[in-house]
Amino acid sequence: MSQSTEEHQCWNCGEHPPSQKAARSLFCQFCNSLQAPSPDYYRFFGLPKVLAIDPENLQRTFYQMSRLLHPDRYGRRPERERNYSLEATAILNDGYRILKDPVRRAEYILSENGFQVGEQRSKEVPPELLEEVFEFNMMLDELQSGDDSVVEQLDEARIRFLAMLGGIDGELKAAFLAHDRAPDGEARLKTLTAIRAILHRRRYIKNLVGEVDRQLSSRNA
Amino acid sequence: MELFQIDFGGQNRKKVVGIDLGTTNSLVAFMDLTGPVVIPDPQGQNMVPSIVSLSDDGHSFVVGEQARPRLITRPEHSVYSVKRLMGRGVADIRDEVKLFPFKIAEGSENVLRLRVGDRTMTPPEVSAQVLRKLKTNAETYLGEPVAQAVITVPAYFNDAQRQATKDAGRIAGLEVLRLVNEPTAASLAYGLDKRNDGVVAVYDFGGGTFDISILRLHEGIFEVLSTNGDTHLGGDDIDNRLLAIALEDAGTEWGRDVSTVGEAVQTFRQAVIRAKEQLSFAPEANLEVTFGGKAYQRTLTRSHFESLIKDIVDRTLSPCRQALRDAGLTPEQIDEVVLVGGSTRIPLVRQAVRNLFKAEPHTDLNPDEVVAIGAAVQAAILAGDVQDQLLLDVTPLSLGIETIGGVVTKLIHRNSTIPASASEVFTTSVDGQKNVLIHVLQGERELVKDCRSLARFDLKDIDPLPAGMTRIEVRFLIDANGILAVSARDVRTGKEQSVEVKPSYGLTDEQVDAMVKESFEKAEEDFKARQVREARVEADNILAAVEKAKANDAWLQLSDDERASVDLAINQLLAVYHAGDHHLILDHIAKLDAATVRLAESMMNAAVQDALKGTKI
Repeated sequence: MSQSTEEHQCWNCGEHPPSQKAARSLFCQFCNSLQAPSPDYYRFFGLPKVLAIDPENLQRTFYQMSRLLHPDRYGRRPERERNYSLEATAILNDGYRILKDPVRRAEYILSENGFQVGEQRSKEVPPELLEEVFEFNMMLDELQSGDDSVVEQLDEARIRFLAMLGGIDGELKAAFLAHDRAPDGEARLKTLTAIRAILHRRRYIKNLVGEVDRQLSSRNA
Repeated sequence: MELFQIDFGGQNRKKVVGIDLGTTNSLVAFMDLTGPVVIPDPQGQNMVPSIVSLSDDGHSFVVGEQARPRLITRPEHSVYSVKRLMGRGVADIRDEVKLFPFKIAEGSENVLRLRVGDRTMTPPEVSAQVLRKLKTNAETYLGEPVAQAVITVPAYFNDAQRQATKDAGRIAGLEVLRLVNEPTAASLAYGLDKRNDGVVAVYDFGGGTFDISILRLHEGIFEVLSTNGDTHLGGDDIDNRLLAIALEDAGTEWGRDVSTVGEAVQTFRQAVIRAKEQLSFAPEANLEVTFGGKAYQRTLTRSHFESLIKDIVDRTLSPCRQALRDAGLTPEQIDEVVLVGGSTRIPLVRQAVRNLFKAEPHTDLNPDEVVAIGAAVQAAILAGDVQDQLLLDVTPLSLGIETIGGVVTKLIHRNSTIPASASEVFTTSVDGQKNVLIHVLQGERELVKDCRSLARFDLKDIDPLPAGMTRIEVRFLIDANGILAVSARDVRTGKEQSVEVKPSYGLTDEQVDAMVKESFEKAEEDFKARQVREARVEADNILAAVEKAKANDAWLQLSDDERASVDLAINQLLAVYHAGDHHLILDHIAKLDAATVRLAESMMNAAVQDALKGTKI
């Protein structure tokens, strides 16, 4: 008996899953009791590792899985199964939170593929934004020296940044589709590199919008 | 191998009740096949006022409506609105103590204790008395013991406040199967009523707390999108506002400040509450108080009342706006607003809700009972009796850990669906380090000092290795009650790491266990004390009767031996009278009874007969 089937032996009835597919199931095929969950978000939602996800579909699956796994459904079950239900529902909820947000979903796939993601990379200015950022910093300097006329320019910059964000979201969508179509391996990694660059730009612009808002609101206060 | 699991115990399964443990009033409800019902007390009242008073002999508690007059006559023995103190530290409650007659006992630095008569009690112990009353009411009504309950809490309660509520349940002898957020419970009752899909805002303005929750209802799933609130904003604040004005006014008129006289303050409080309640239906109300031979009378118009409380009502609006923002919704996207809590009867409150959400609030449900009904529905869900509905609730506050520089790093953000989890890897920073201390906080602010300290978790018995070699993965798990559990694992060895919890507020598990034990012992002790008292009353009766009989001629007609044996029995009874053993007293009453049989027989005259009546033979 291989170790992997040993691992998958049902805690309740002692049976082994009859197939690889059954071994991945959250429930025992024989006694239907909940098994120890593994923390793979995509597996929970029965999805292949794709980035283009239909939010309505995801929500429907989330509701269905909640009905199956939620601790409220296990009130009269053995303690061990109640604990599995708590664990499984936590993973389901954590997964839903990440998968329903395109940016976090992409970051999840990136980090699964060994990419560094996170705030620390947003410090350096993306090359295509250098000019924009240079102008923006000039405006902030003028504002600091008491020149209120730049407030209008700031408003314009804000609108421009928001439009850029809209454009980036479009790029991201396209990049997601490219990722999902790409064959496993080198081609797929390349799409991920592109996605990481887009995310980096997106985060940078988001910070700029935040900075404009801070300046404007401290102006109005 | 078991193919099907059939529950044969369906008929005699233990019943699970739903409890709304409110600041001002508490209710218990139960759901059976005919639907949810609020369980009345033996007097037929659905609401049990959350008032607890220690009886004069200090052995038992008076709870509910019967305790209300004691707020005036026995203010030192009586506590109300104790929910305001649940899960809080002595430093948090300075403002409460100014406004409420809470008497903080000495030695409350670590765990807050109240002085109640000659006892000291923690807030969970006081709440447990209310729960015990509700438990008894439910047992009387259902005709069987009740040991399991769902208890509701304000959605914005933090971990410590939730834990304190759970502790109260345990002390009262109830297994708390689930803590449910009050607005969410209300939405269950509402959903049962309406069965419409859509987005609903529940505006819950109660006696001491305010909550707003926004939910998506979809085919029996009740998904909370966001929640916000203020755990110290409620009808109590309105009462306090009116009370302060009335007391000052009366002080001027009477030429005597009565604001420090407990009895006067309670009399005034009950009068302003009556006036407030009248103003929800009438354009004006009379405020009448007589105290210490003096009378105070004023007419309060609704418009004046509204100008006095407007800022309190307005304080509910910014949590509503935040909840809308967090849900990513505009007021127009809310399909219906459900009103919960007694304070939503105030017309100004309804007006404020109407203005903010641009919708007519739903008022079909009794705002006092809807939370308890929802708790009963949740109890039925947990019992497996209701299958088609499911609550998906959220954590109201972000959870984080202290990092270098007194900064909080958020691990689980507010409005995350619960159960929710997060993992973080910690390493040692010194060679041979054996402990890692993790400080967990709740709140939205950046700095440790602005967040609520929840607990310190001590990872103990780490293998002493060079700095940075040990990697410990710590998992933070918020369960369906909104309560945090922490576990840790050594990444290298995979070994479970022991974690010691030091809660910042509230009781340790050991302390609660001691209280549970003590409450049983106290109950036993109280029962024993009562039996002793009753035996002594009986002894008093027989001793008085025999003493009286000795004046009768019949006494002299007895032989010396007979008289001696009566005297002996009297002395023996007196000897055990003050020992705290009712068995001994009853034994010697029986002996004295036997010794006086001849005396009784020989006294056929009516006076002696009368005197001996009432003693047991």
